[in-house]
Amino acid sequence: MARKLLRLESVSRKFGGLDALRNVTYAVPEGVIQAIIGPNGAGKTTLFNCVSGVFPPTSGSIYFDGVRIDGLPSHKIAALGVSRTFQNVALFKNMSVLENVMLGRHRQSRAGFLACGFRLPSMKREEQEIIRRAREYLDFVGLVDEENKPAGSLPLGKQKILEIARALATEPRLLLLDEPAGGLNTAETEQLGDLIRRIKKTLGVTVLLVEHDMNLVMECSDLVVVLHFGTVLASGTPSEVKNNEKVIEVYLGSAAN
Amino acid sequence: MRKKDRIVFLFFSLFVGLFPLVVASIKAVSHYIDVMIFAGIFSLVSIGLCLLMGYAGQISLAQAAFMGIGAYCSGILTTHYGWPSSLALMVGLVVTGVVAYGVGVPSLKLKGHYLAMATLGFGMIVHIVLNEEVELTGGPSGLVGISGLGIGNFQISSPFAWYYLVWGCVATVMLFSLNLVRSRIGRAFLAIHADERAAQAMGVDVSNYKVKVFVLSALLASFAGSLYAHYVEFLNPGSFGLMWSIKFVLMVMVGGIQNLWGAVIGTVFLTFLSNEWLHFLADFEVLIYGLILLVIAMFIPQGLVTVVATKLLKKGLRDGA
Repeated sequence: MARKLLRLESVSRKFGGLDALRNVTYAVPEGVIQAIIGPNGAGKTTLFNCVSGVFPPTSGSIYFDGVRIDGLPSHKIAALGVSRTFQNVALFKNMSVLENVMLGRHRQSRAGFLACGFRLPSMKREEQEIIRRAREYLDFVGLVDEENKPAGSLPLGKQKILEIARALATEPRLLLLDEPAGGLNTAETEQLGDLIRRIKKTLGVTVLLVEHDMNLVMECSDLVVVLHFGTVLASGTPSEVKNNEKVIEVYLGSAAN
Repeated sequence: MRKKDRIVFLFFSLFVGLFPLVVASIKAVSHYIDVMIFAGIFSLVSIGLCLLMGYAGQISLAQAAFMGIGAYCSGILTTHYGWPSSLALMVGLVVTGVVAYGVGVPSLKLKGHYLAMATLGFGMIVHIVLNEEVELTGGPSGLVGISGLGIGNFQISSPFAWYYLVWGCVATVMLFSLNLVRSRIGRAFLAIHADERAAQAMGVDVSNYKVKVFVLSALLASFAGSLYAHYVEFLNPGSFGLMWSIKFVLMVMVGGIQNLWGAVIGTVFLTFLSNEWLHFLADFEVLIYGLILLVIAMFIPQGLVTVVATKLLKKGLRDGA
């Protein structure tokens, strides 16, 4: 088995009296597409938020590539190479499509207040580089023709794709996608599946995917973990999980039959 | 700088450069030079506030207080201690920077109304200190006998010299700010404005940038305050109270909250209103400001200058096609 890129050790998160995550111990190998499934309220988004530093876990520890990251602010976790999208699209609607992706290049650029305010040659060169790289990512996801549109004017499907491009622009090693297919039609979901596979294959990024669309999950992911009431119910390849009795009982059963 | 900004900057330079020459030749309005000097000083404050409010999305009701700290540093150091004015100005900047950092770090953790309240509270504290520390500040009766501004052996004395000095500073600050908002830092500001959580997840150190832009806006206010002290040669706490902080917010809003040119135009407009056109209303002029704020907030929240500029641009495109 490949080395573990992300490791959770008995991670718990409480919200008041609610245990959103209970002693979750799990590891994600590098270079896979790992899906997290589970009924609503199973703790999938909470897990994302703990990993990306939106809030720390109540107890337990999280390691990214051997470095302990639980409790770090999210910009520091981002700097280590973790990027994400949000369940309810969180684009910067006051900026253009291109500028959104350019913002993703923030931590790859250095120019400070003086360099930017006086447009020093170093800053201009860097800015050209930011634009060039941002266009590459727009090209990669297929949005290059829309670069000057306001981000908020895109249809939902394209907004979700743009959010992925912005996350990729940070050059992550681990990409967390929170329900990327939510609200997409069948054709859009298929394209999304292609994109996710290309992210792994072409860019070599490990993908952690929270998703309700079972077709997408089964087609694209290498590994699946099932969360149920904040605990790991089962994990394995898609077919292993599909045939796991406990899983069928609590989750797939009602949906599949 | 974008092409559009370059053209606007050219017009701005022409207008600002020629304004005193034209106005000085007409006796009835020759004192407009004086009004424009004030407008320029206030523009430095509102450009900083525009970066803070319009771009980074953080409100401050303490800009007049920061201006006051700069002004009183200049005033006190030159009168009581006989310091040269340029050195006093720099000390003012350092003091304001340190104070703004100290206020900014805790209060910028707050959002919206709570941030407004915190900065308002700080502004009131400064106002009270200026009033009560009579030995240093002269208290409510003011600080008199502040020297003019000198740079080395060169004294700025004539209105023309003041005018071109102040508006030269405005032009420089304007260029700096225009460049800043069209850079990775400007994009970070806008990202923080739109969605802090997403900005942070994309690697932007949100609280660091918030504090930095807050300090930058305070430094500009402090610089303006020092210019004000040396130009007027008299200081009174009333010039740095809450009403003035609100006026600065209004100046930015009238022009267009996310429009740096709008901030300057709004400032000039409101300075002429308060120093000239509404003078006859005395205390009731506040009513007019309230009315303006109401109309802007209800009907043209993007600001006058933004609306007019968009209309002109659309017309230009139609005519050109």
